[in-house]
Amino acid sequence: MEPLVAYLWIIPALPLAAAAVGAAAPRGSRRLASGAAIAAMAGALALSSVALKYALAAPSAHQFCNFTWFDLGNGAVRLGWLLDPLNAFMCVMVSLVGLLIFIFSLGYMEDDENFKRFFWLMSLFAAAMLCVVVSNSLLLLFIGWELVGLASYLLIGFWFHRPAAAAAAKKAFITTRIGDLGFLLGLVWLYDTTGSLLLYDGGNGFLEAHALGDLATQVAAGGLAATTAISLLIFCGAAGKSGQFPLHVWLPDAMEGPTPVSALIHAATMVAAGVFLVARVFPLFSADQGLPAATLHALTVVAAIGAITALMGAAIAAAQSDLKRILAFSTVSQLGYMMLALGVGSWVAAIFHLLTHAFFKALLFLAAGSVIHAAHHVQDIRELGGLGARMRTTFATFAVGMMALSGVPFVFSGFWSKEAILHAASEWGPSSLPLYAGLAGVVLTAFYMTRLLCEVFWGPPRSPAASHARESPAVMTAPLVVLAAGAVGLGFLGTPAWPWLQSRLAGAEIPARPLLDGGALMAVSIILVAVGLGSGWALYGRRPRASAAAPDPLQSAAPRLFAFLGARMKLDELYAATVGRLNTFAAALADILDRWVWGGAVGLLARLGEFAGLLNREVDEVGLNTGFDTVSEEIRRTGQAYSRAQTGEAHGYLRTLALAFVVLALLVLLGGGR
Amino acid sequence: MSPLQLCLAFSSALFAVGLAGALARSNSILVLLGIELMLNAANLNLIAFWRFSPHGSPATGVVFVVFAIAVAAAETAVGLALVISIYRHQQDIRLEEATRLKG
Repeated sequence: MEPLVAYLWIIPALPLAAAAVGAAAPRGSRRLASGAAIAAMAGALALSSVALKYALAAPSAHQFCNFTWFDLGNGAVRLGWLLDPLNAFMCVMVSLVGLLIFIFSLGYMEDDENFKRFFWLMSLFAAAMLCVVVSNSLLLLFIGWELVGLASYLLIGFWFHRPAAAAAAKKAFITTRIGDLGFLLGLVWLYDTTGSLLLYDGGNGFLEAHALGDLATQVAAGGLAATTAISLLIFCGAAGKSGQFPLHVWLPDAMEGPTPVSALIHAATMVAAGVFLVARVFPLFSADQGLPAATLHALTVVAAIGAITALMGAAIAAAQSDLKRILAFSTVSQLGYMMLALGVGSWVAAIFHLLTHAFFKALLFLAAGSVIHAAHHVQDIRELGGLGARMRTTFATFAVGMMALSGVPFVFSGFWSKEAILHAASEWGPSSLPLYAGLAGVVLTAFYMTRLLCEVFWGPPRSPAASHARESPAVMTAPLVVLAAGAVGLGFLGTPAWPWLQSRLAGAEIPARPLLDGGALMAVSIILVAVGLGSGWALYGRRPRASAAAPDPLQSAAPRLFAFLGARMKLDELYAATVGRLNTFAAALADILDRWVWGGAVGLLARLGEFAGLLNREVDEVGLNTGFDTVSEEIRRTGQAYSRAQTGEAHGYLRTLALAFVVLALLVLLGGGR
Repeated sequence: MSPLQLCLAFSSALFAVGLAGALARSNSILVLLGIELMLNAANLNLIAFWRFSPHGSPATGVVFVVFAIAVAAAETAVGLALVISIYRHQQDIRLEEATRLKG
C-alpha cells in the first residue's frame, strides 16, 4: 500500500469527473448533472476528511508524492501532490463549503433553463480550486490557478445575455490575467534559478533550506534579493486573484453572476487561492527577512497592500446600496486583513481567518441569495426592508454571519481570527500603521454590516417585491444553518487559550496563553466593534428608512464623501482614463500599423505572387501544352491506323497466320535453316 | 525412303489437310477440327523424331506429346464452349457472321 498522499489526486479528480459527466450529458438532464456534482463533492469531502486525519497524525511533516510529467531535453518537468495540515484544512473547507453551496443552488437555480451547465461549471470550479490546493508543484498549481480563472469567467458570465454580466466576466478575466502575468514571470525566474518548481522534494524543492539559501544570496537589480523580486512577482498573481488593492476592481463586478457563484468565489475558491498561495510559499516570501542589506522586504509590500485594501474595502462598502456589492467590498476588506496577517509574518493567523471567513462569508452570500430569490431579484437595499419578520431562518442565520464578520466578541469565530491578526500586527516591528488600519477597519466593518442588516430586515418593506417575499425552501435554508453553526463553532478551534488549529497548521506546539492575554488590544477592538455597531444602529436601526427614495443619513451628512465612496473611489474611472485610454491609443496605433504598413507589405507580396502566377500560366499553356498536345495526337492516329487491321473475322486472322507460316517456311528452306 | 521421312511426309500431309480445312470451311466446328488436325500433325513429328533419333533419352517425346494432347483437350473444350455461346447469341455458327470482336 502506497502512502495516502499518492492517492491525493482523487480529491480534485472527483469533481472534475462530475464536470465531464455534466458537460457530456444532454441539455435536459438536470438531475444527472446536479446529482453527479453533489455526489462528487460529498466524495471529495469524505476523502479530504481522511486526508486531514492523516495529516494531523504528523503535523510537522510535508508528505509529498512527485512524478515526472514529461522529459524535456536533459531535464524533466515534474509535478506532485502534497499533504500537510495547511492543504488538508483547505481541502476540507473547500469541499464542505462547496458542497453546501451546491445544495443551496438546487433551490436557487431551480427555474433556470441552463441548470445543467451551471452545475458542471461549478464542479469544474471546485475541481480547479482543489487542484490548486493539493499540488506540490508551482506549475501544477498554476494550471489549476488558470482553470479557476477560466471557470470564474464562465460562471460570472453565466447569464451572458445580460451585457453587464458579459462585461463583468471579461473584466474579471483580464484583471486577474494582469496579475497572472507577474506570477508566470516569477515562475520562469524561479525555474531559471533553482531548476525546480516543486515545493518539497526531499531537499531539492525550492521551499527547502538549500534552494532558499542560494536564492537569498543572489541579488537582482536595485539591491533587491532574488527571492524578494520573485516573491513580489508571485504576489502580483495572488493580488489579482485575491482582489488586492490595485487589482481589486473585478471583484465587486463579479456580482453579476448567480449568487451561489458569488458565494463560491468569495468564500471557498477563487479569492482564497491568492491568500493560500502566499501562505503556501511563505518560506520564499520570508527568506529575505534575514538580509540586513535588503532595501525592501517582500512581506513589507504584502503588509502595506493588505492594510490599504482592508481599509479601502471597508470604507467603500459603507456607501454602497447593492446588497451583494456591499458583501463584495467586505470580502475585499477581509482579504486585505488576511494579506496584512501574511505581511506581518503570521501566515497561521491568515489561514485561520481564511477558514472562518469562508464559513461566514458563504453564509452571508447564501443568505443574501435567499433574500434575492424571495424578493424576485431585487437586490437594492433601499427597496428591501422588513424581511426579518417574514424570513426568520434567513434573518437569524444572516445575523449570525453579520456578527461573525463584525467580530462580535467571544462567541463568533470572526472575533477570534481577527483578534489573532490584530495581535500579530501589534507585534510587528517595522511599523504600527497596519495595526491602526486594521483597527479602523474593525469600526467600519461593524458599521456597514449593521447598516446592511437594518436596511434589509428592519423597517417597512419599501417595494412590492419585498412585501411579498416569503421564506425560501428547506433545501436553501438547511445549508445556511450548517454554515451558521460553522461560523460560530470554528472560532473555538483557535482561541489563544487553546490554539489547536494554529499549532496544527504551524506543525509545532504553540504555547497557550490566557484567554484575555493582550487584554488592552482586545478591549480596544471590542470597544471599536461596539462603536461600529452602535453608530450603525443609531443611524439605520433606530429610525428605519421610510421609502426607497429617502436619502441615506451619511449622504445628508457628507454628500461629497458619500458620492466619492459610492462611486468606488472613482478607481474604475481612473483606470478607464489611464490604462483604458492608453490601451485604446495603442490599439489605434496598432490598427494604423496593421492597415497601412503591414497591410501594404503583404499586399505588395500578394501582387508579386499574382504576377508570378500569371507568368507561370502563360508558359504552361503556350509552351508546354502545345508540345504535349502534338505528341498525344500522333499517338492516337497511329493507334487508329493499327486498329483498322482488326476486322473481327476469324478467317482473315487465320489466313494471315497461314500466309506468315508459308513465308517463314520458305525463308527457312531457302536460307537453309541457318 | 527411310521410316522417318515417311512419317514426316505423312504428318506434312495431315497438316496441309488441317490447314485447308481451317481456312476453307465456314462452320466453326469444322474449323476447330482442322486446328486439331494440325496439332496432331505436330504431335506426330515429335513422336517420330523421338523414335528415330540416334541417342534419345527415354520418353522425352512421349512426355511432350502427352502434355500437348492434354493442353489441346483443354483448348478444344474452351473452343467448343465459345462456339456454343456464339450459337446462343446469333443462332448460327458460321464464322463469317461472328465479327463482333473487332476493336
